[in-house]
Amino acid sequence: MRFMVIVKANKDSEAGVLPDEKILADMQKFNEELAKAGVLLAGEGLQASSKGARVRFSGGKRTVIDGPFAETKELVAGFWLWQVKSKAEAIEWLKRAPFEDTEVEIRQVFETEDFAPSDPTGKLRAAEERLRQQVTSKR
Amino acid sequence: MAVTATDTHRTIEAVWRIESARLIAGLARMVRDVGLAEDLAQDALVAALERWPESGVPDKPGAWLMATAKRRAIDRFRRGKLAERKHQELGREIEAQREMAVPDLDAAIDDDIGDDLLRLMFTTCHPVLSTEARVALTLRLLGGLTTAEIARAFLVPEATVAQRIVRAKRTLAEAGVPFEVPRGPERASRLSSVLEVIYLIFNEGYSATAGDDWVRPALCEDALRLGRILARLAPEEPEVHGLVALMEIQASRLRARVGPAGEPVLLLDQDRGRWDHVLVRRGLEALECAQSLGGELGPYALQAAIAACHARARTGAETDWARIAGLYEALGRLTPSPVVELNRAVAVAMANGPRAGLELVDRLASEPALERYHLLPSVRGDLLFKLGRLDEARTEFQRAASLTRNARERTLLLERVAACAEGPR
Repeated sequence: MRFMVIVKANKDSEAGVLPDEKILADMQKFNEELAKAGVLLAGEGLQASSKGARVRFSGGKRTVIDGPFAETKELVAGFWLWQVKSKAEAIEWLKRAPFEDTEVEIRQVFETEDFAPSDPTGKLRAAEERLRQQVTSKR
Repeated sequence: MAVTATDTHRTIEAVWRIESARLIAGLARMVRDVGLAEDLAQDALVAALERWPESGVPDKPGAWLMATAKRRAIDRFRRGKLAERKHQELGREIEAQREMAVPDLDAAIDDDIGDDLLRLMFTTCHPVLSTEARVALTLRLLGGLTTAEIARAFLVPEATVAQRIVRAKRTLAEAGVPFEVPRGPERASRLSSVLEVIYLIFNEGYSATAGDDWVRPALCEDALRLGRILARLAPEEPEVHGLVALMEIQASRLRARVGPAGEPVLLLDQDRGRWDHVLVRRGLEALECAQSLGGELGPYALQAAIAACHARARTGAETDWARIAGLYEALGRLTPSPVVELNRAVAVAMANGPRAGLELVDRLASEPALERYHLLPSVRGDLLFKLGRLDEARTEFQRAASLTRNARERTLLLERVAACAEGPR
Protein backbone atom coordinates (compact mmCIF):
# COMPACT_ATOMS: atom_id res chain seq x y z
CA MET A 1 0.00 0.00 0.00
CA ARG A 2 0.98 3.56 -0.48
CA PHE A 3 1.01 6.50 1.83
CA MET A 4 1.41 10.15 1.15
CA VAL A 5 3.46 11.81 3.82
CA ILE A 6 2.57 15.46 4.05
CA VAL A 7 5.02 17.95 5.47
CA LYS A 8 3.56 21.23 6.68
CA ALA A 9 4.86 24.70 6.08
CA ASN A 10 6.50 26.91 8.68
CA LYS A 11 7.57 30.52 8.86
CA ASP A 12 10.85 29.83 7.10
CA SER A 13 9.40 27.82 4.27
CA GLU A 14 6.76 30.48 3.74
CA ALA A 15 9.42 33.19 3.77
CA GLY A 16 11.29 31.28 1.08
CA VAL A 17 14.23 30.67 3.41
CA LEU A 18 15.98 27.43 2.44
CA PRO A 19 16.81 25.01 5.25
CA ASP A 20 20.40 25.17 6.47
CA GLU A 21 23.04 22.78 5.26
CA LYS A 22 22.81 20.44 8.20
CA ILE A 23 19.06 19.94 7.78
CA LEU A 24 19.47 19.45 4.04
CA ALA A 25 22.21 16.88 4.58
CA ASP A 26 20.14 15.01 7.18
CA MET A 27 17.15 15.02 4.90
CA GLN A 28 19.21 13.78 1.99
CA LYS A 29 20.49 10.95 4.14
CA PHE A 30 16.97 10.04 5.15
CA ASN A 31 15.81 10.09 1.53
CA GLU A 32 18.71 7.85 0.64
CA GLU A 33 17.66 5.39 3.35
CA LEU A 34 14.12 5.37 1.99
CA ALA A 35 15.35 4.80 -1.54
CA LYS A 36 17.73 2.04 -0.49
CA ALA A 37 14.87 0.25 1.23
CA GLY A 38 12.75 0.48 -1.90
CA VAL A 39 10.17 2.56 -0.05
CA LEU A 40 10.47 5.95 -1.73
CA LEU A 41 8.34 6.30 -4.86
CA ALA A 42 8.32 10.05 -5.20
CA GLY A 43 8.77 13.19 -3.19
CA GLU A 44 8.95 16.91 -3.73
CA GLY A 45 9.39 20.07 -1.76
CA LEU A 46 7.05 22.94 -2.50
CA GLN A 47 7.87 26.60 -2.82
CA ALA A 48 6.26 29.24 -0.62
CA SER A 49 2.52 29.80 -1.03
CA SER A 50 3.28 33.35 -2.21
CA LYS A 51 4.23 31.72 -5.50
CA GLY A 52 1.00 29.74 -5.62
CA ALA A 53 -2.66 30.50 -6.10
CA ARG A 54 -6.06 29.08 -5.31
CA VAL A 55 -9.09 28.76 -7.49
CA ARG A 56 -12.33 28.97 -5.56
CA PHE A 57 -15.34 27.14 -7.04
CA SER A 58 -18.71 28.49 -6.11
CA GLY A 59 -21.54 27.16 -8.23
CA GLY A 60 -20.50 27.90 -11.76
CA LYS A 61 -18.21 30.71 -10.70
CA ARG A 62 -14.41 30.49 -10.49
CA THR A 63 -12.44 33.02 -8.50
CA VAL A 64 -8.67 33.11 -8.49
CA ILE A 65 -6.97 34.01 -5.24
CA ASP A 66 -3.25 34.61 -5.35
CA GLY A 67 -0.94 33.51 -2.53
CA PRO A 68 0.48 33.92 0.04
CA PHE A 69 -2.00 32.27 2.37
CA ALA A 70 -2.19 32.99 6.04
CA GLU A 71 -2.76 29.69 7.83
CA THR A 72 0.93 28.63 7.64
CA LYS A 73 0.61 25.46 9.71
CA GLU A 74 -2.13 24.13 7.47
CA LEU A 75 -0.20 24.69 4.27
CA VAL A 76 1.57 21.82 2.56
CA ALA A 77 5.29 22.40 2.08
CA GLY A 78 6.29 19.04 0.68
CA PHE A 79 5.33 15.43 0.29
CA TRP A 80 6.60 11.92 -0.14
CA LEU A 81 4.90 8.96 -1.71
CA TRP A 82 5.92 5.75 0.07
CA GLN A 83 5.31 2.14 -0.79
CA VAL A 84 5.04 0.11 2.40
CA LYS A 85 3.33 -2.97 3.77
CA SER A 86 1.31 -1.31 6.52
CA LYS A 87 0.49 1.99 8.18
CA ALA A 88 2.70 0.88 11.05
CA GLU A 89 5.62 0.61 8.66
CA ALA A 90 4.97 4.10 7.34
CA ILE A 91 4.88 5.37 10.93
CA GLU A 92 8.13 3.60 11.75
CA TRP A 93 9.80 5.18 8.76
CA LEU A 94 8.44 8.61 9.59
CA LYS A 95 9.71 8.33 13.16
CA ARG A 96 13.20 8.11 11.66
CA ALA A 97 12.84 11.38 9.75
CA PRO A 98 15.09 14.24 10.87
CA PHE A 99 12.39 16.72 11.85
CA GLU A 100 12.32 18.81 14.98
CA ASP A 101 9.32 21.00 15.80
CA THR A 102 6.53 20.09 13.48
CA GLU A 103 3.75 17.65 12.82
CA VAL A 104 3.84 15.44 9.74
CA GLU A 105 0.78 13.71 8.40
CA ILE A 106 0.46 10.22 6.90
CA ARG A 107 -2.44 9.49 4.56
CA GLN A 108 -3.19 6.26 2.77
CA VAL A 109 -3.59 6.38 -0.99
CA PHE A 110 -6.62 4.73 -2.59
CA GLU A 111 -5.85 1.66 -4.66
CA THR A 112 -6.36 -2.10 -5.04
CA GLU A 113 -10.16 -1.76 -5.14
CA ASP A 114 -9.40 -1.66 -8.85
CA PHE A 115 -8.04 -5.17 -8.88
CA ALA A 116 -11.10 -7.25 -9.53
CA PRO A 117 -10.53 -10.97 -9.80
CA SER A 118 -10.89 -12.45 -13.23
CA ASP A 119 -9.19 -14.67 -15.73
CA PRO A 120 -6.58 -13.55 -18.16
CA THR A 121 -7.61 -13.47 -21.76
CA GLY A 122 -6.74 -11.10 -24.49
CA LYS A 123 -3.02 -11.55 -24.23
CA LEU A 124 -3.21 -11.60 -27.98
CA ARG A 125 -2.01 -8.11 -28.57
CA ALA A 126 -0.33 -7.53 -25.26
CA ALA A 127 2.85 -8.63 -26.88
CA GLU A 128 5.29 -8.02 -24.08
CA GLU A 129 3.18 -9.91 -21.62
CA ARG A 130 3.51 -13.11 -23.59
CA LEU A 131 7.15 -12.53 -23.93
CA ARG A 132 7.51 -12.18 -20.21
CA GLN A 133 6.10 -15.67 -19.70
CA GLN A 134 8.32 -17.06 -22.38
CA VAL A 135 11.47 -15.58 -20.93
CA THR A 136 10.56 -16.95 -17.51
CA SER A 137 9.74 -20.43 -18.68
CA LYS A 138 12.75 -20.68 -20.91
CA ARG A 139 15.28 -20.71 -18.13
CA MET B 1 -3.64 7.54 24.48
CA ALA B 2 -2.64 4.18 25.88
CA VAL B 3 -0.42 2.02 23.76
CA THR B 4 -2.02 -1.40 23.56
CA ALA B 5 -0.25 -4.71 23.08
CA THR B 6 -1.73 -4.89 19.58
CA ASP B 7 -0.18 -1.53 18.74
CA THR B 8 3.17 -2.74 19.95
CA HIS B 9 2.86 -5.92 17.94
CA ARG B 10 2.08 -3.91 14.84
CA THR B 11 5.07 -1.74 15.51
CA ILE B 12 7.28 -4.77 16.00
CA GLU B 13 6.05 -6.21 12.71
CA ALA B 14 6.86 -2.93 10.99
CA VAL B 15 10.28 -2.72 12.60
CA TRP B 16 10.90 -6.30 11.55
CA ARG B 17 9.99 -5.51 7.98
CA ILE B 18 12.33 -2.56 7.93
CA GLU B 19 15.22 -4.14 9.81
CA SER B 20 15.13 -7.90 9.28
CA ALA B 21 17.04 -8.12 5.99
CA ARG B 22 19.82 -5.86 7.23
CA LEU B 23 19.87 -7.72 10.53
CA ILE B 24 20.14 -11.14 8.89
CA ALA B 25 22.66 -9.89 6.34
CA GLY B 26 24.89 -8.38 9.03
CA LEU B 27 24.65 -11.49 11.17
CA ALA B 28 25.31 -13.78 8.21
CA ARG B 29 28.62 -12.09 7.60
CA MET B 30 29.59 -12.52 11.25
CA VAL B 31 28.62 -16.16 11.58
CA ARG B 32 29.12 -17.18 7.94
CA ASP B 33 25.90 -19.16 7.92
CA VAL B 34 22.68 -17.71 6.58
CA GLY B 35 20.52 -20.26 8.40
CA LEU B 36 22.16 -19.54 11.74
CA ALA B 37 21.92 -15.81 11.05
CA GLU B 38 18.21 -16.09 10.55
CA ASP B 39 17.81 -18.15 13.72
CA LEU B 40 19.67 -15.47 15.66
CA ALA B 41 17.56 -12.73 14.15
CA GLN B 42 14.43 -14.68 15.03
CA ASP B 43 15.69 -15.05 18.61
CA ALA B 44 16.04 -11.27 18.75
CA LEU B 45 12.52 -10.87 17.37
CA VAL B 46 11.13 -13.20 20.03
CA ALA B 47 12.97 -11.20 22.68
CA ALA B 48 11.44 -8.00 21.31
CA LEU B 49 7.97 -9.54 21.36
CA GLU B 50 8.52 -10.46 24.99
CA ARG B 51 10.00 -7.21 26.20
CA TRP B 52 8.77 -4.32 24.11
CA PRO B 53 5.11 -4.55 25.12
CA GLU B 54 6.26 -3.73 28.67
CA SER B 55 9.40 -1.66 28.17
CA GLY B 56 8.12 0.19 25.13
CA VAL B 57 9.77 0.23 21.71
CA PRO B 58 13.38 1.42 22.01
CA ASP B 59 14.45 4.60 20.22
CA LYS B 60 16.69 2.65 17.90
CA PRO B 61 14.88 -0.64 17.46
CA GLY B 62 17.26 -1.84 14.76
CA ALA B 63 20.28 -1.41 16.98
CA TRP B 64 18.46 -3.13 19.85
CA LEU B 65 17.67 -6.15 17.68
CA MET B 66 21.24 -6.33 16.42
CA ALA B 67 22.72 -6.10 19.92
CA THR B 68 20.37 -8.80 21.17
CA ALA B 69 21.11 -11.11 18.23
CA LYS B 70 24.81 -10.51 18.72
CA ARG B 71 24.60 -11.57 22.36
CA ARG B 72 22.84 -14.75 21.29
CA ALA B 73 25.56 -15.37 18.74
CA ILE B 74 28.25 -15.06 21.37
CA ASP B 75 26.31 -17.38 23.68
CA ARG B 76 26.10 -19.96 20.95
CA PHE B 77 29.76 -19.75 20.13
CA ARG B 78 30.66 -20.15 23.80
CA ARG B 79 28.43 -23.17 24.10
CA GLY B 80 29.98 -24.52 20.93
CA LYS B 81 33.46 -24.15 22.39
CA LEU B 82 32.54 -25.81 25.66
CA ALA B 83 31.10 -28.72 23.76
CA GLU B 84 34.31 -28.99 21.83
CA ARG B 85 36.45 -29.22 24.92
CA LYS B 86 34.28 -32.09 26.04
CA HIS B 87 34.74 -33.81 22.72
CA GLN B 88 38.41 -33.50 22.14
CA GLU B 89 38.25 -36.40 19.73
CA LEU B 90 36.96 -33.87 17.24
CA GLY B 91 40.56 -32.88 16.94
CA ARG B 92 42.67 -29.82 16.98
CA GLU B 93 41.95 -28.91 13.41
CA ILE B 94 38.29 -28.31 14.06
CA GLU B 95 39.20 -26.31 17.11
CA ALA B 96 41.41 -24.15 14.95
CA GLN B 97 38.63 -23.68 12.44
CA ARG B 98 36.26 -22.64 15.17
CA GLU B 99 38.83 -20.23 16.42
CA MET B 100 38.98 -18.60 13.06
CA ALA B 101 35.23 -18.67 12.69
CA VAL B 102 34.64 -16.82 15.95
CA PRO B 103 33.92 -13.50 14.38
CA ASP B 104 35.01 -10.06 15.27
CA LEU B 105 31.50 -8.96 16.00
CA ASP B 106 32.15 -5.33 16.73
CA ALA B 107 34.17 -4.71 13.61
CA ALA B 108 31.53 -6.45 11.56
CA ILE B 109 28.69 -4.28 12.76
CA ASP B 110 30.31 -1.01 11.81
CA ASP B 111 30.90 -1.98 8.21
CA ASP B 112 28.61 -0.94 5.45
CA ILE B 113 25.51 -3.04 5.55
CA GLY B 114 24.85 -2.63 1.83
CA ASP B 115 27.47 -5.16 0.81
CA ASP B 116 25.98 -7.63 3.25
CA LEU B 117 22.54 -7.24 1.72
CA LEU B 118 23.98 -7.88 -1.72
CA ARG B 119 25.80 -10.96 -0.42
CA LEU B 120 22.56 -12.15 1.13
CA MET B 121 20.72 -11.71 -2.17
CA PHE B 122 23.32 -13.69 -4.06
CA THR B 123 23.16 -16.39 -1.40
CA THR B 124 19.38 -16.80 -1.29
CA CYS B 125 19.34 -16.95 -5.10
CA HIS B 126 22.23 -19.42 -5.29
CA PRO B 127 21.91 -21.97 -8.12
CA VAL B 128 22.51 -24.83 -5.68
CA LEU B 129 18.92 -24.23 -4.54
CA SER B 130 15.80 -25.17 -6.45
CA THR B 131 13.88 -22.28 -7.98
CA GLU B 132 11.09 -22.68 -5.44
CA ALA B 133 13.58 -22.63 -2.60
CA ARG B 134 15.25 -19.49 -3.97
CA VAL B 135 11.93 -17.71 -4.20
CA ALA B 136 10.84 -18.72 -0.70
CA LEU B 137 14.17 -17.92 0.91
CA THR B 138 14.48 -14.56 -0.84
CA LEU B 139 10.99 -13.47 0.17
CA ARG B 140 11.61 -14.61 3.70
CA LEU B 141 15.11 -13.28 4.32
CA LEU B 142 15.11 -10.19 2.09
CA GLY B 143 11.44 -9.38 1.69
CA GLY B 144 10.75 -9.83 5.40
CA LEU B 145 7.69 -11.99 4.66
CA THR B 146 6.56 -14.60 7.12
CA THR B 147 6.25 -18.23 6.11
CA ALA B 148 2.47 -17.84 6.31
CA GLU B 149 2.55 -14.84 3.97
CA ILE B 150 4.67 -16.71 1.43
CA ALA B 151 2.34 -19.72 1.65
CA ARG B 152 -0.68 -17.50 1.04
CA ALA B 153 0.97 -15.79 -1.88
CA PHE B 154 1.78 -19.05 -3.63
CA LEU B 155 -1.32 -20.91 -2.46
CA VAL B 156 0.61 -23.76 -0.91
CA PRO B 157 0.37 -25.10 2.64
CA GLU B 158 2.43 -23.23 5.20
CA ALA B 159 4.21 -26.45 6.17
CA THR B 160 5.42 -26.81 2.58
CA VAL B 161 7.00 -23.38 2.60
CA ALA B 162 8.48 -23.93 6.06
CA GLN B 163 10.05 -27.14 4.87
CA ARG B 164 11.37 -25.52 1.70
CA ILE B 165 13.07 -22.88 3.80
CA VAL B 166 14.55 -25.34 6.28
CA ARG B 167 15.89 -27.50 3.44
CA ALA B 168 17.22 -24.49 1.60
CA LYS B 169 19.16 -23.33 4.63
CA ARG B 170 20.54 -26.83 5.13
CA THR B 171 21.52 -27.09 1.46
CA LEU B 172 23.39 -23.80 1.64
CA ALA B 173 25.26 -24.93 4.75
CA GLU B 174 26.07 -28.38 3.37
CA ALA B 175 27.23 -27.01 0.05
CA GLY B 176 29.44 -24.58 1.94
CA VAL B 177 28.12 -21.69 -0.12
CA PRO B 178 30.33 -18.75 0.83
CA PHE B 179 28.65 -15.56 1.97
CA GLU B 180 30.03 -13.32 -0.71
CA VAL B 181 29.36 -11.38 -3.87
CA PRO B 182 30.69 -13.53 -6.70
CA ARG B 183 33.36 -12.03 -8.92
CA GLY B 184 34.66 -12.54 -12.39
CA PRO B 185 32.80 -14.64 -14.92
CA GLU B 186 30.65 -16.22 -12.21
CA ARG B 187 29.12 -12.88 -11.33
CA ALA B 188 27.07 -12.55 -14.51
CA SER B 189 25.41 -15.93 -14.24
CA ARG B 190 24.79 -15.52 -10.52
CA LEU B 191 23.31 -12.07 -11.10
CA SER B 192 20.97 -13.46 -13.70
CA SER B 193 19.78 -15.98 -11.12
CA VAL B 194 18.98 -13.11 -8.74
CA LEU B 195 17.11 -11.24 -11.47
CA GLU B 196 15.24 -14.38 -12.45
CA VAL B 197 14.03 -14.94 -8.88
CA ILE B 198 12.81 -11.36 -8.55
CA TYR B 199 11.04 -11.48 -11.90
CA LEU B 200 9.45 -14.82 -11.04
CA ILE B 201 7.98 -13.30 -7.91
CA PHE B 202 6.73 -10.35 -9.93
CA ASN B 203 5.13 -12.58 -12.54
CA GLU B 204 3.41 -14.71 -9.97
CA GLY B 205 1.75 -11.50 -8.86
CA TYR B 206 1.20 -10.10 -12.34
CA SER B 207 -0.51 -13.13 -13.82
CA ALA B 208 -0.97 -15.67 -11.11
CA THR B 209 -0.55 -19.23 -12.30
CA ALA B 210 -2.92 -20.53 -9.65
CA GLY B 211 -5.94 -19.40 -7.71
CA ASP B 212 -9.02 -17.33 -8.46
CA ASP B 213 -7.36 -13.95 -8.72
CA TRP B 214 -5.29 -13.50 -11.76
CA VAL B 215 -3.31 -10.67 -10.28
CA ARG B 216 -1.87 -10.45 -6.79
CA PRO B 217 -0.53 -6.94 -6.54
CA ALA B 218 1.13 -7.55 -3.18
CA LEU B 219 3.60 -9.94 -4.80
CA CYS B 220 4.30 -7.41 -7.53
CA GLU B 221 5.04 -4.88 -4.82
CA ASP B 222 7.37 -7.27 -3.01
CA ALA B 223 9.24 -7.99 -6.23
CA LEU B 224 9.46 -4.31 -7.12
CA ARG B 225 10.79 -3.52 -3.70
CA LEU B 226 13.47 -6.19 -4.03
CA GLY B 227 14.34 -4.87 -7.48
CA ARG B 228 14.58 -1.29 -6.26
CA ILE B 229 16.80 -2.38 -3.37
CA LEU B 230 19.02 -4.33 -5.75
CA ALA B 231 19.30 -1.34 -8.09
CA ARG B 232 20.80 0.63 -5.20
CA LEU B 233 23.11 -2.21 -4.22
CA ALA B 234 24.41 -2.88 -7.72
CA PRO B 235 23.92 0.42 -9.57
CA GLU B 236 26.57 -0.44 -12.16
CA GLU B 237 24.60 -3.38 -13.57
CA PRO B 238 22.46 -2.35 -16.58
CA GLU B 239 20.27 -5.44 -16.45
CA VAL B 240 19.27 -4.69 -12.86
CA HIS B 241 17.92 -1.34 -14.01
CA GLY B 242 16.44 -3.07 -17.04
CA LEU B 243 14.50 -5.46 -14.84
CA VAL B 244 13.35 -2.66 -12.54
CA ALA B 245 12.23 -0.64 -15.57
CA LEU B 246 10.31 -3.62 -16.94
CA MET B 247 8.57 -4.26 -13.63
CA GLU B 248 7.75 -0.60 -12.99
CA ILE B 249 6.18 -0.18 -16.41
CA GLN B 250 4.26 -3.45 -16.24
CA ALA B 251 3.04 -2.63 -12.74
CA SER B 252 1.91 0.77 -13.96
CA ARG B 253 -0.81 -1.02 -15.93
CA LEU B 254 -2.09 -3.23 -13.13
CA ARG B 255 -5.24 -1.24 -12.50
CA ALA B 256 -6.00 -0.69 -16.19
CA ARG B 257 -5.78 -4.37 -17.07
CA VAL B 258 -9.08 -5.24 -15.45
CA GLY B 259 -12.41 -3.83 -16.55
CA PRO B 260 -15.34 -2.88 -14.30
CA ALA B 261 -16.88 -6.36 -14.54
CA GLY B 262 -13.58 -8.04 -13.80
CA GLU B 263 -12.87 -8.72 -17.42
CA PRO B 264 -9.34 -8.40 -18.71
CA VAL B 265 -8.60 -5.39 -20.87
CA LEU B 266 -6.14 -5.69 -23.76
CA LEU B 267 -3.15 -3.39 -23.73
CA LEU B 268 -4.34 -1.42 -26.75
CA ASP B 269 -7.83 -1.04 -25.29
CA GLN B 270 -6.66 0.12 -21.87
CA ASP B 271 -7.58 3.55 -20.60
CA ARG B 272 -4.12 5.06 -20.52
CA GLY B 273 -5.31 7.63 -18.01
CA ARG B 274 -5.63 4.78 -15.55
CA TRP B 275 -2.00 3.81 -15.90
CA ASP B 276 0.02 4.68 -12.85
CA HIS B 277 2.12 7.53 -14.13
CA VAL B 278 4.37 7.60 -11.08
CA LEU B 279 5.44 4.07 -11.98
CA VAL B 280 5.65 4.87 -15.70
CA ARG B 281 8.00 7.71 -14.93
CA ARG B 282 10.09 5.54 -12.61
CA GLY B 283 10.22 2.84 -15.28
CA LEU B 284 11.37 5.22 -17.98
CA GLU B 285 14.01 6.63 -15.64
CA ALA B 286 15.27 3.15 -14.81
CA LEU B 287 15.44 2.32 -18.51
CA GLU B 288 17.43 5.48 -19.16
CA CYS B 289 19.73 4.41 -16.39
CA ALA B 290 20.24 1.00 -18.02
CA GLN B 291 20.90 2.63 -21.38
CA SER B 292 23.28 5.24 -19.99
CA LEU B 293 25.52 2.51 -18.58
CA GLY B 294 26.42 1.68 -22.15
CA GLY B 295 26.83 -1.56 -24.04
CA GLU B 296 24.21 -3.65 -25.76
CA LEU B 297 20.89 -3.86 -23.97
CA GLY B 298 20.27 -7.19 -22.23
CA PRO B 299 17.03 -9.18 -22.38
CA TYR B 300 15.37 -7.33 -19.49
CA ALA B 301 16.32 -3.90 -20.77
CA LEU B 302 15.09 -4.83 -24.25
CA GLN B 303 11.75 -5.97 -22.87
CA ALA B 304 11.61 -2.78 -20.82
CA ALA B 305 12.33 -0.78 -23.97
CA ILE B 306 9.40 -2.53 -25.66
CA ALA B 307 7.15 -1.81 -22.69
CA ALA B 308 8.39 1.79 -22.77
CA CYS B 309 7.26 2.17 -26.40
CA HIS B 310 3.73 1.48 -25.19
CA ALA B 311 4.17 3.65 -22.12
CA ARG B 312 5.28 6.63 -24.20
CA ALA B 313 2.41 6.43 -26.67
CA ARG B 314 -0.45 8.67 -25.57
CA THR B 315 -2.89 6.52 -27.55
CA GLY B 316 -2.66 3.01 -28.95
CA ALA B 317 -2.55 4.48 -32.46
CA GLU B 318 0.60 6.43 -31.59
CA THR B 319 2.53 3.26 -30.77
CA ASP B 320 5.86 3.07 -32.53
CA TRP B 321 5.44 -0.46 -33.91
CA ALA B 322 8.45 -0.25 -36.19
CA ARG B 323 10.64 0.37 -33.19
CA ILE B 324 8.96 -2.43 -31.26
CA ALA B 325 9.56 -4.80 -34.17
CA GLY B 326 13.23 -3.80 -34.17
CA LEU B 327 13.52 -4.39 -30.43
CA TYR B 328 11.96 -7.84 -30.77
CA GLU B 329 14.47 -8.60 -33.46
CA ALA B 330 17.29 -7.64 -31.10
CA LEU B 331 15.70 -9.71 -28.35
CA GLY B 332 15.40 -12.66 -30.72
CA ARG B 333 19.11 -12.44 -31.41
CA LEU B 334 19.89 -12.55 -27.68
CA THR B 335 17.32 -15.13 -26.66
CA PRO B 336 16.18 -16.86 -29.85
CA SER B 337 12.73 -18.32 -29.49
CA PRO B 338 9.67 -18.85 -31.68
CA VAL B 339 7.55 -16.95 -29.16
CA VAL B 340 9.71 -13.85 -29.51
CA GLU B 341 9.48 -14.30 -33.27
CA LEU B 342 5.70 -14.49 -33.06
CA ASN B 343 5.69 -11.26 -31.08
CA ARG B 344 7.89 -9.68 -33.71
CA ALA B 345 5.43 -10.82 -36.38
CA VAL B 346 2.59 -9.05 -34.52
CA ALA B 347 4.64 -5.85 -34.30
CA VAL B 348 5.63 -6.08 -37.97
CA ALA B 349 1.98 -6.56 -38.91
CA MET B 350 1.07 -3.47 -36.92
CA ALA B 351 3.89 -1.48 -38.53
CA ASN B 352 3.79 -2.72 -42.12
CA GLY B 353 0.41 -4.34 -42.51
CA PRO B 354 -1.01 -7.84 -42.05
CA ARG B 355 0.62 -9.30 -45.15
CA ALA B 356 4.15 -8.64 -43.85
CA GLY B 357 3.19 -10.09 -40.49
CA LEU B 358 1.63 -13.16 -42.04
CA GLU B 359 4.83 -13.96 -43.91
CA LEU B 360 6.70 -14.15 -40.62
CA VAL B 361 3.95 -16.12 -38.92
CA ASP B 362 3.87 -18.66 -41.73
CA ARG B 363 7.54 -19.38 -41.20
CA LEU B 364 6.66 -20.45 -37.65
CA ALA B 365 4.01 -22.94 -38.75
CA SER B 366 6.34 -25.92 -38.49
CA GLU B 367 7.85 -24.93 -35.11
CA PRO B 368 7.38 -27.92 -32.80
CA ALA B 369 7.49 -25.61 -29.76
CA LEU B 370 4.39 -23.78 -31.00
CA GLU B 371 2.43 -26.84 -32.06
CA ARG B 372 0.04 -26.67 -29.12
CA TYR B 373 0.39 -22.93 -28.58
CA HIS B 374 -3.00 -21.33 -29.12
CA LEU B 375 -1.58 -17.89 -29.80
CA LEU B 376 -0.04 -19.00 -33.09
CA PRO B 377 -3.39 -19.83 -34.80
CA SER B 378 -4.95 -16.94 -32.94
CA VAL B 379 -2.47 -14.42 -34.37
CA ARG B 380 -2.58 -16.08 -37.79
CA GLY B 381 -6.38 -15.99 -37.76
CA ASP B 382 -6.34 -12.29 -36.90
CA LEU B 383 -3.99 -11.47 -39.76
CA LEU B 384 -5.97 -13.59 -42.25
CA PHE B 385 -9.14 -11.90 -41.07
CA LYS B 386 -7.65 -8.49 -41.70
CA LEU B 387 -6.65 -9.64 -45.18
CA GLY B 388 -10.24 -10.73 -45.84
CA ARG B 389 -9.33 -14.42 -46.08
CA LEU B 390 -12.26 -15.34 -43.88
CA ASP B 391 -12.50 -19.10 -44.41
CA GLU B 392 -8.88 -19.59 -43.48
CA ALA B 393 -9.23 -17.21 -40.54
CA ARG B 394 -12.20 -19.16 -39.30
CA THR B 395 -10.24 -22.42 -39.29
CA GLU B 396 -7.42 -20.76 -37.35
CA PHE B 397 -9.73 -19.28 -34.71
CA GLN B 398 -11.39 -22.66 -34.29
CA ARG B 399 -8.05 -24.31 -33.81
CA ALA B 400 -6.98 -21.63 -31.32
CA ALA B 401 -10.24 -22.07 -29.39
CA SER B 402 -9.64 -25.81 -29.15
CA LEU B 403 -6.10 -25.26 -27.84
CA THR B 404 -6.65 -22.65 -25.15
CA ARG B 405 -7.27 -23.78 -21.60
CA ASN B 406 -8.77 -20.50 -20.57
CA ALA B 407 -12.55 -20.26 -20.69
CA ARG B 408 -12.71 -16.51 -21.24
CA GLU B 409 -10.22 -16.72 -24.02
CA ARG B 410 -12.14 -19.55 -25.66
CA THR B 411 -15.32 -17.45 -25.61
CA LEU B 412 -13.47 -14.61 -27.26
CA LEU B 413 -12.04 -16.88 -29.95
CA LEU B 414 -15.42 -18.49 -30.68
CA GLU B 415 -16.84 -15.00 -31.11
CA ARG B 416 -14.21 -14.42 -33.73
CA VAL B 417 -15.13 -17.69 -35.42
CA ALA B 418 -18.69 -16.41 -35.64
CA ALA B 419 -17.51 -13.03 -36.92
CA CYS B 420 -15.78 -14.74 -39.83
CA ALA B 421 -19.21 -15.75 -41.14
CA GLU B 422 -20.29 -12.12 -41.15
CA GLY B 423 -17.28 -10.71 -42.92
CA PRO B 424 -14.87 -7.96 -41.90
CA ARG B 425 -16.23 -5.25 -39.66
